[in-house]
Amino acid sequence: MATAVRSRIRTLKIDGRDVSAREDETILELAEENGIFIPTLCRIEGLSLVGACRLCLVEVAGMNKLVPACLTYATEGMEVFTDSERLRNYRRMILELLFSEGNHICAICVSNGKCELQALAQRLGMDHVRFANLQQERLVDMTHERFVVDRNRCILCARCVRVCDEIEWAHTWDIKGRGVDARVITDLDTPWGESDTCTSCGKCVRVCPVGAIVEKGRAVGEMAKRHDFLPHLAKMREAKK
Amino acid sequence: MTKQIVIDPVTRIEGHSKITIQIDENGGVTDARFHVTQYRGFEKFIEGRPFYEMPGIMGRICGICTISHMLASAKATDRIMAVRVPETGHRLRQIINLASIIQSHALSFFHLSSPDFLLGMESDPAKRSIFGLMQMYPEVARDGIRLRRFGQEIIEWMAGKRLHPTWIVPGGVASPLEPEVRDRILATIPEIYVLLQRNLDWFKRKMEDYAQEIRTFGNFPTMFMGTITPKGELDLYDGHLRIVDDRGHMVEPSFKAQRYADYIGEAVEPWTFMKFPYYKPMGYPDGIYRVGPLARLNVIDSCGTPRADQEWAEFRQLDRRVVLSSFYYHYARLIECLYAVEKIEMMLDDPDILGKMVRANAGPNSEEGVGVTEAPRGTLIHHYRVDEQGRIVWANMIVSTTHNNMAMNRAVQQVAHRYVDGNKLTEGMLNRVEAVIRTFDPCLSCSTHAQNELPIQYELVGPHGEKLDEVTRG
Repeated sequence: MATAVRSRIRTLKIDGRDVSAREDETILELAEENGIFIPTLCRIEGLSLVGACRLCLVEVAGMNKLVPACLTYATEGMEVFTDSERLRNYRRMILELLFSEGNHICAICVSNGKCELQALAQRLGMDHVRFANLQQERLVDMTHERFVVDRNRCILCARCVRVCDEIEWAHTWDIKGRGVDARVITDLDTPWGESDTCTSCGKCVRVCPVGAIVEKGRAVGEMAKRHDFLPHLAKMREAKK
Repeated sequence: MTKQIVIDPVTRIEGHSKITIQIDENGGVTDARFHVTQYRGFEKFIEGRPFYEMPGIMGRICGICTISHMLASAKATDRIMAVRVPETGHRLRQIINLASIIQSHALSFFHLSSPDFLLGMESDPAKRSIFGLMQMYPEVARDGIRLRRFGQEIIEWMAGKRLHPTWIVPGGVASPLEPEVRDRILATIPEIYVLLQRNLDWFKRKMEDYAQEIRTFGNFPTMFMGTITPKGELDLYDGHLRIVDDRGHMVEPSFKAQRYADYIGEAVEPWTFMKFPYYKPMGYPDGIYRVGPLARLNVIDSCGTPRADQEWAEFRQLDRRVVLSSFYYHYARLIECLYAVEKIEMMLDDPDILGKMVRANAGPNSEEGVGVTEAPRGTLIHHYRVDEQGRIVWANMIVSTTHNNMAMNRAVQQVAHRYVDGNKLTEGMLNRVEAVIRTFDPCLSCSTHAQNELPIQYELVGPHGEKLDEVTRG
C-alpha cells in the first residue's frame, strides 16, 4: 500500500478489558478485533463511514452523550462501555423505530433468514414493536430489468449510495427528502429502469442489508447476499486514486 | 312477534361468524342464518406488491390451508409469467397438495368430527373432544393423529417445514425431490392403507346409526362443482371444472378454470362479510352449488385409482343419483384420503419424479393470471392483475368455504327446523347446529383451539326482546 501509516499505539479499556489500538482505529474496529460485539447496520468494510444507523452507540467514561463507535477514534486512557441496560434499551428502540417506519414483515420477505436487520432484532431481543406503524405508502420500483427496489423495506443506511459512488463510480443512488420523507432514489428520482448512469453491476443489491434492493423474481427467503468482494475492490480503487 | 337465538361468535375461517335462528311465537323456527362478521383484506393490501411475492404472502392466509393457497397463488403467477411449469415441478406440486389434503381431512374427520359420531351428538360436551376420544376409542384417536402426521411429514420432508414452507414458488418449486425423501414416504404408505381401511370400516357401520342426521344435515338439492382430469377422473390440483345438478346431469361438463368468472357470480348480503357465489346462468339464489369432497365425488366419472374407485362405487350407491346429504362429506373425506395416498404412491413410483428441472423463470408477460386448485374444502380461486412492471393492481379470491356459503346457510336452516325447539334450548340441539357446519369443515380449525365446541354464545330472546335462555360454550 502506498500510504504507509506511522501510527502510534493507544491503550484504553473496553468493557473493563485492557486493549491497545492504532490511533487511526475506530472503537468499532477495535472491538471487532477483540471479539467484542457492537451492533451496526450502516457500516460495511470497504465503504466510507456515515454513522447513519446509530446502532453502534457506546458509552465513554466522563461523557454524558453516547457516541457512535464507528466514527469515534480510540484515545489514550479512554474507558468504553459497549453493553449496558441503557444501551440495550436504546438499541432496541432504534430497531423498533426502523420496524415501525417501513414494511418489515419478515415472514413474507425475500430476505427472510438472510437479513441483517432481522438478525440484529433477534440478537438484541427486539420481540415487540411498541410504536404504531407509520403506514407510509412507498412505491415499489420494478422498472429495472434485473433488480427491484422496495423502499418500504429501506432503512436508509446509504450503503447503496456509497457503494455506487465510491466503488462503481456511477453515483446512480442518492437520498432525497428529510426525516420520514427521506427516500433512496436513482438519478434525479426517475425510474431505475430508465437510469442513464446505472451500469446494472448489482453492487447495491449485494450490500443492501435488508430486502429493499434485491434481485427480481426471488421467492420468500431466497435472497442471499454476499459482500466479501468489497474490501478487495475498495483497495483497488484506493490504489487507482 | 318473533324471537331470535344468536350464536355469536362462531369462529370460522380466518375470522368470526355467528348464527342467528328466528323463532315464532309458538317456538317454531322460521329462519336461520350463518353470518361472517369479519373482513380480512388480503385482496386489498397486496396491491402494489411484486407478483412473485404472492405465494409467500397468500400462504399466510391460513395455517391449515397454507399449501392450497400457495398453490392457487403460484398457479396464478405462472399465468402472469406465461410459462409452463416443468413436468417434475408440476408433479411435485401435486404431491404436496395431496399431502396437505390428507392432513386437513384427518384433522376435520378425526380431531373435530369423530367425537360426534363415536361419543354421540347428545353426549357430555366436556368429554366430546379428541381427549374424550383418546379415553374411549384410543385406537381411533391414534389413527387420526397418525394420518395427520403422515400428511404433515410429507410436507416437512419435501418443503423444509410443516407450517408455512416457502418451497412453492412462481414457475414451479424451489428444489427437486431428494431420493431419500421419496423412499421415506414410500416406506410409510403400506401402514396408511391399513389405517384408512380400518377407519372406513367402522365409519360405514356407524353411518347406520345416523339415518336421521343424514336425512336432515344439509340434505337438499343443489348443484355440485369440482375439478376433473380430461378423462373425467378426480383431480385435486389441476384440470377443468365440472358442474352437475342434483340429478347428476351435466350442467357444465367441462370448462376452463381460468374462465371461472363467466360461470360464477358473487352476490352480497348486508348481514355477512362472506359473499355468496352462484352459478351465473341460473342467477342468485337459484344457482346454489356445493364444493369440497362431497361435490368432487359427485361430479367425477371415477377416481382413477383402484382402491378409491372401489369405495367410490359404494359411495355412489348411497343415493339414487348424486349424494345429496352433507353428512356424507365425512365419508367423502376418507375416500379422498385413500385416493391421495394411492396417487402419491403412483407418482413417487415414477423415476421421473427425481428430475432436476422443477422451476421456470420469467418476468411478467401477461397482465392477468387465474390460479385454480382444489383445496381440502373445495375449489380455490386466486385471480390477479398486474401493471406492466409486474406489481399487483387488483386481486380477487374465491376461497373454498365461500362457495359453500349458500349451502351452509340452508343447512343451518334445515337442522334448526328439525332440531331446535324455541321454547327450550338443549345441548344436543345446539351441537347439531354446530355439527352440520362441521360437515363442511369451513376452516373453523384455523381460528379455534376448542377441539369440539366452537366458542359460541346461544341466546334465546322472547317476543319483547327479553332473554329467555342463554348458553355460552367454548
